[in-house]
Amino acid sequence: MIVETRGLRREFRVGRIGRRRTVVAVDGIDLNIAPGEAVGFLGPNGAGKSTTIKMLTGILVPTAGELRVCDLDPVRSRRELARRLGVVFGQRSQLWWDLPLRESFTLLRAIHRVEPGAHRERLDRCIDVLGLAEFLDVPVRQLSLGQRMRGEVTAALLHAPDLLVLDEPTVGLDLVSKERLRVFLQEVNAAGEVTVLLTTHDLADVERLCRRLVVIDHGTVVADDSLTALRSTFGGARELVVELVAPAGPLDGLPGVRSVCVEADGLRQRLAFSPADTTAAALIAAVAARVDLRDVTVVEPSIEDVIRTLYATRAPS
Amino acid sequence: MLSASPYPALVRAGYRRRSVYLTASLAGLFTNTVFGLLRVAVLLAVVAQTGSTAGYDAGGVSAFVWLGQGLIAVVMLWGDGELSDRVRSGDIAIDLSRPWDLQLALLAGDLGRAGHAVLFRLAPPVAFGALLLPFRWPDDPVPTLLLFTASTVLAVVVSFSLRFLLDLSSFWLLDSRGVRSVYNGLGGVLAGLTVPLAFFPDALRGLLYATPFPAILQTPIDVFTERDGLAELLAHQLLWAVALLALGRLVLARATRKLVVQGG
Repeated sequence: MIVETRGLRREFRVGRIGRRRTVVAVDGIDLNIAPGEAVGFLGPNGAGKSTTIKMLTGILVPTAGELRVCDLDPVRSRRELARRLGVVFGQRSQLWWDLPLRESFTLLRAIHRVEPGAHRERLDRCIDVLGLAEFLDVPVRQLSLGQRMRGEVTAALLHAPDLLVLDEPTVGLDLVSKERLRVFLQEVNAAGEVTVLLTTHDLADVERLCRRLVVIDHGTVVADDSLTALRSTFGGARELVVELVAPAGPLDGLPGVRSVCVEADGLRQRLAFSPADTTAAALIAAVAARVDLRDVTVVEPSIEDVIRTLYATRAPS
Repeated sequence: MLSASPYPALVRAGYRRRSVYLTASLAGLFTNTVFGLLRVAVLLAVVAQTGSTAGYDAGGVSAFVWLGQGLIAVVMLWGDGELSDRVRSGDIAIDLSRPWDLQLALLAGDLGRAGHAVLFRLAPPVAFGALLLPFRWPDDPVPTLLLFTASTVLAVVVSFSLRFLLDLSSFWLLDSRGVRSVYNGLGGVLAGLTVPLAFFPDALRGLLYATPFPAILQTPIDVFTERDGLAELLAHQLLWAVALLALGRLVLARATRKLVVQGG
């Protein structure tokens, strides 16, 4: 296991002296991540994601529980772990602000004591795939956010870490930059070189990169499964959207349909159904028997819906 | 084969970081020179009364002023609080998650910065003063310049260690601006920037040498101008350099422990 936690717990003492209270940020998290996995770590703001990541990287000691990362005790072996870990914080930079991007990479090579040949090879690959060449000689402070993030990801990978931790790597990026980063990360992970743990609020990141999702809320794991499995458990209804030739009243009473939503004065209707009750084909046939169809589309439950359902069902009473 | 220690690369990076801001260096140089002219005018007037004060003649005070004006940038008497800002913003987490000795890494960067300052902030005002005004050159240039180099390195280490400690106070105070501004206010007088420490009454001077301040500025100048008791002065620098570095390590360990244990 690359990451192994059992009953991981972290409390904070907050408030003014005399009126202190204890806040539990992480409340007994069990998390096992095997080499090569790509895990999406999700949760609303304040769910305990950052606290967990701080503990994984050794800059925060757990209040209780067991924790091993790359077979090391993160707090005790922080420096040793730093050689095996690549970390990207979307909100912070590990590059040298005043210097051309290229020089940050040279420095990181020295700091991680990477053999020059191996460094050259990895750097060339990142330059190539992430398209760094055009701004390698530009000082980091002058880079656009998208360019800088590509630099950050490169910086985190140059020492060939076993585990890459990405804390909101796509925050603030435009669609093209996001896509480019995702494709690259997916490739790196698929090549089996590095295990990926990703926190994000951008669910498209997760959809593209992660085969497995761990959702936490109020410091506990509320779901840990593949995206497909979570979708069928929490995703609720698929939707059949039918466009009609002529306006019609609500298409009530179809077998397996949970709800009907009428739009465009009855020209378009949305029929929510569960795959457990009926198939899209059967439903289309049933609709076609009643009205003239112009077009049909089947809408999968979005990952947003899945997550929203998860958060909502676990909200405190 | 693993490559060598990362610290030489960090020294170079410290130099490079400064070299990209050439305009700022030139502006600083200009300011230092203007203030140097004011100071040298006052001090020349003082020694002109008697010909020599506390062992300083006209060439002596001129050397004192121009070396001092350059060395304030080299030792960075007034810190920029960069580390303090990183503590406050939380970026310190990145520094702590690198496989390096943080104190040594920052010292390496500071030595590189100082190297840049020697070329761009120390050499020009000294050349300016030496060419236009009476100036006391060492009688014995080679050994004196070697000793001056060693003394300047020690001065940078002492100054770095003090700034490091001040910045680390942010772990407890959150904002180190208060303590830093007190330090910045007193530093100049106590380190021997305003007037040579030799002008101070003996009792006060004895007290000052119980602190690390003379080691930051006055000692390298004294080495350059070949004043008496150099062995003791260098020993004083070395002692403070070692003691303050050790204290810095201790405080960093406490600060890290606090961060790691209490969060933040």
